[in-house]
Amino acid sequence: MTDTVPETKRPPVEDWATDFDHTHPDYAANAPEIWDDLRERCPVAHTERFGGAWLPTKAADVRAIAEDTDRFTSRGIIINDFRPELDIAPRGYAPPITSDPPFHAGARRLLLPPFAPKQIEAWEPMARACCRELLDEVEAELAAGGDVVDAATAYAQDIPVRVIAAMLGLPQEDGDKFRMFIHRILETPGQHDDIDPSETLVAYLSEKIRERRESGADGDDLISYLLTVEGTDGNRLSDEHVFGTIALLLIAGIDTTWSAIGASLWHLAQHPDDRRRWVEDPDVRIFAIEEFLRFYAPVTMARLAAEDTEVGGCPVKKEDWLLLSFPSYNRDPEAFEQADEFVIDRARNRHSAFGLGIHRCLGSNLARLELTVAIEEWMARFPDFELADPGTVRWSTGQVRGPRCLPVRVLGHGAA
Amino acid sequence: MRIAYDRDACQGHNRCYQLAPELFDVDEEGYAVLLVTGEVPAELEEKAQLCADNCPEFAIEVEA
Repeated sequence: MTDTVPETKRPPVEDWATDFDHTHPDYAANAPEIWDDLRERCPVAHTERFGGAWLPTKAADVRAIAEDTDRFTSRGIIINDFRPELDIAPRGYAPPITSDPPFHAGARRLLLPPFAPKQIEAWEPMARACCRELLDEVEAELAAGGDVVDAATAYAQDIPVRVIAAMLGLPQEDGDKFRMFIHRILETPGQHDDIDPSETLVAYLSEKIRERRESGADGDDLISYLLTVEGTDGNRLSDEHVFGTIALLLIAGIDTTWSAIGASLWHLAQHPDDRRRWVEDPDVRIFAIEEFLRFYAPVTMARLAAEDTEVGGCPVKKEDWLLLSFPSYNRDPEAFEQADEFVIDRARNRHSAFGLGIHRCLGSNLARLELTVAIEEWMARFPDFELADPGTVRWSTGQVRGPRCLPVRVLGHGAA
Repeated sequence: MRIAYDRDACQGHNRCYQLAPELFDVDEEGYAVLLVTGEVPAELEEKAQLCADNCPEFAIEVEA
């Protein structure tokens, strides 16, 4: 439990089974306990908020929804008070994550090659250099005074921003802007009626795409690629398609990976045995990374019911929202042995942190690389650290969950 | 031991390629490619089991 729940405009939740709200700070602070409680006594929660939504907590129900693209559409994937227009399907606003078959396959296929494992391996030196640069800055900060650093803001958050900016060919110094857009869209959806249109993600990306088009789009970055590639029908992509996909690549890889890195450091800060194991046994790391992903899976996707149907015996109406809680899936004792325990060398780990079915996270190889390199480099530099004050840790609200404020005390460093 | 790999179930999680590149390669779209036909060499049986136990889509089975 935390004693630092931030102020919120969201009404309090009486019972998570009948009135859940994943955008409430109480959920951010206690989500794993809430999932476990619901899985035992419910297991499919409902809320009238957001115009009606369901939260299945059992692995079998989550998998059934993820695999059934006929009954459940990806037209909407971030729960909001309104639903995307019907005529946006089957492409949706941000293809391929918002696309349904058969359109989905072509939109996804264009993006698979640049995100395939062997192409992603080429980004490792850049990711590693970025981590070392950030750690140099952290070290300088520590040398200047004190032994406490915010691992979420001074380290974890910058890594995915720098890598995706490089992949898209966008300026590194726009990182703060990216984070502002993402905060609005993912953490506080529908709570921003008063924003100047020129300050939005739409305005920013439209400008960048126009600039790239005018300069000939001949770079080896992903924006140039999307502007020049031929779709499966042999034609260039529509402007809406290009825009939606670039927005997706920018948004989907930042908060998610930031969350995974931060949550892993949050864990290590509190578990000296796991820190020691990481340092002393390099062979355990490949399993540790997947266990971080299982236990602290940051991403919950959403779907809309395409017809009147049922989930886990509950009557779901057409256009009801459904949350695909991959994190809850990952803690279901029916799917994992010792599901509620972090086992650093877990050898059987079919976690669903990157989703399941045709929408498997396109960036999973990149995210895994960034997470691995980030933890390797941090542990090489600061093998011993602890939470400075557990009460000051703050977890994000919404469908991407990770620590947004993570003050840690570096132990035995520099104080010779 | 033999490995059965269901290409239709594969979604490119790449857990197998990561755990056992001796047994699985990946194509340019990131889907797994099984490298072993017939018997799995004895020294790779443990890795084959790992691949089967870690595929999120249950696309890999080993038969002893």
